[in-house]
Amino acid sequence: MRNLSEARLTSIWRIIVCVAGGLLSLVQMASAQPLTDSDTEQVRRGEYLARAGNCMGCHTTRGGESYAGGRKLNTPFGQFVTPNITPDNETGIGSWSGEDFWQALHYGKSKDGRNLYPAFPYTEYTKITRPDADAIFAYLRSLPPIAQTNPPHKINPPYDNQALLYLWRKWYFNEGVYQPDKSKSDEWNRGNYLVQGLGHCNACHTPRNVWGASQDDQLTGGKIMGSYWYAPSLISPLEAGVSEWPVEDIVELLSTGINSHAVTSGSMATIVRQSLQYLSDYDIRSIAVYLQSLGEKKGDAKAPRKARKMPEQVRQYLALGQEVYEKHCQDCHGQSGEGIPKIYPPLAGNRNVTMSPPLNTIRNVLYGGYPPTTAGNPRPHGMPPYQHFIRDTEIAQVVSYIRNAWGNRGSLVSPEDVDNSRGSEF
Amino acid sequence: MKFFAFILLAMIPGLASAAEPSSSGLSDTLEERVKPCIICHRDADRIDRDAYFPRIAGKPAGYLFNQLRNFRDGRRYYQPMAILLENMSDEYMREIADYFAAQPYAYLEPVVPALTPDEIKSVETLMYSGDPERDLPACGACHGEKLMGVQPAIPGLLGLPHAYLAAQFGGWRNGGIMRGQIPDCMSEIAKKLTQEEVNALVQWLPGLPVSGQSAGADALTPELAQRCRTILSGKEVTR
Repeated sequence: MRNLSEARLTSIWRIIVCVAGGLLSLVQMASAQPLTDSDTEQVRRGEYLARAGNCMGCHTTRGGESYAGGRKLNTPFGQFVTPNITPDNETGIGSWSGEDFWQALHYGKSKDGRNLYPAFPYTEYTKITRPDADAIFAYLRSLPPIAQTNPPHKINPPYDNQALLYLWRKWYFNEGVYQPDKSKSDEWNRGNYLVQGLGHCNACHTPRNVWGASQDDQLTGGKIMGSYWYAPSLISPLEAGVSEWPVEDIVELLSTGINSHAVTSGSMATIVRQSLQYLSDYDIRSIAVYLQSLGEKKGDAKAPRKARKMPEQVRQYLALGQEVYEKHCQDCHGQSGEGIPKIYPPLAGNRNVTMSPPLNTIRNVLYGGYPPTTAGNPRPHGMPPYQHFIRDTEIAQVVSYIRNAWGNRGSLVSPEDVDNSRGSEF
Repeated sequence: MKFFAFILLAMIPGLASAAEPSSSGLSDTLEERVKPCIICHRDADRIDRDAYFPRIAGKPAGYLFNQLRNFRDGRRYYQPMAILLENMSDEYMREIADYFAAQPYAYLEPVVPALTPDEIKSVETLMYSGDPERDLPACGACHGEKLMGVQPAIPGLLGLPHAYLAAQFGGWRNGGIMRGQIPDCMSEIAKKLTQEEVNALVQWLPGLPVSGQSAGADALTPELAQRCRTILSGKEVTR
């Protein structure tokens, strides 16, 4: 039944595609004319949308030409290499039509009809509207063409089998443009569209199953594939759910990279720098309104267990951590983990510190880092990298300590956890 | 006009030092902001002689700025720096580079090298005369007569730990330091040196005391400026 109706849909789509293709060649003829105001307006809108979707984040290698691709994404399924999406005829998408682009974004199919691997997040991009897709395409067409041939993917068998990909799509890919929920505000709908569609937050903030598929469109957090960071749940009040935050605080974190309670690091800092800081006030507010609505309230979550009396052994372990804290951390983060708001994040009550996987906090200690430089925080203070100065045992002790001091509650961390948290794409 | 600009510039450090401590008691200074740098590139008196980390205080600002960008953009490979700088703007990097360039040097006491007189003679020839037969310019021709660097973008060679120097030579010879920079003048030079010469150089250099300033830009001959133009302009390395 499903197949039948799909076949019918496909044939309807073919007709639409043909008609659209015809229209498109008209559009293309028109674009040979001098650019009109509406064309430049479309390009400008496309540039903004490409920022919001952070296309550049994947389609640019470190220090490389913008949008010329070549960035390697390592996943359990093999290594994907992002393609060149500048309008170069040979190595980029210079020969693509607007329809080809729509096929890729909306249906996850390449120009030659092959199914694309979902490393390209068409599972989210399918929600993008046609006018937005056209604007992004117009912008990409306006870029200088860059001749850059990127190495091919190295996909591990059996995942290189297109039949398997076909099945994957049948199972996990739901095609369809975002449909606004009329019972919700315009802001909420805009936020939903940006978070679930163009912004493809799901690509990181959701657990993936063994087939690499997002488990659902719930932003329940997960280890980032091809990265070394954990993307926290945007629902859970124990992780990064923001139902209890004022909208202004959410806006501040997303647009400047830091607020009084939290600071972005790792992959999220990069997203703030490359994308979110450039979003309009309305859009970033919409995202905040939507995210706030997603979060579970504290009361919904399991009530925190009553603090049991700590065994003596644990207490000794944490006391060692406290010594490390006093020596290396206290100067900036304070005697009571209070930090200095918007400069050095507080550790007391900081969910990045206490949340279940200690990965991010361990990495913050090992590698340090500066929060993203943004218009709202152009000269951030930073965290030193301690990997050469504190041994794994001491890092385990101090992380265990801050996860359990000042009212915090978190599992203890072992030196093995510290070692397992190493690694970078550099 | 120039005079007014000078006055304005002269006022900037004054403003910075006059910065009121914030309500948190933290003074709003660059010194506070570069704490993550200081943990490794700290004062010489606190650094282990066998440490890897180079002196950055007093190096030419253009050199420091280029290195910061190179680390961030993957042209110079060193994981800790790449992670630290991943999301930093050019403007902020420029400010940090200027800050360290203006710091009085903190340097290691010279270590008398364990080299034979022949080895010392061969190193000194490379340093001050080069080897025209192998098209090797004198080290001092680019790094300044005093080996304290040349403004704005060539580093000084003194006050650097042996381990760091050895690693850099290894990097240059494997082409691993400045990937993708053509012409890559230092890589070409390092590849022409023998292993014995490299070993002697990295022992000899820490034997010299740090003194004096980096030389002015006019210290470089036009020929060498051309040969090392990518390093000097930084232009061909911008995104």
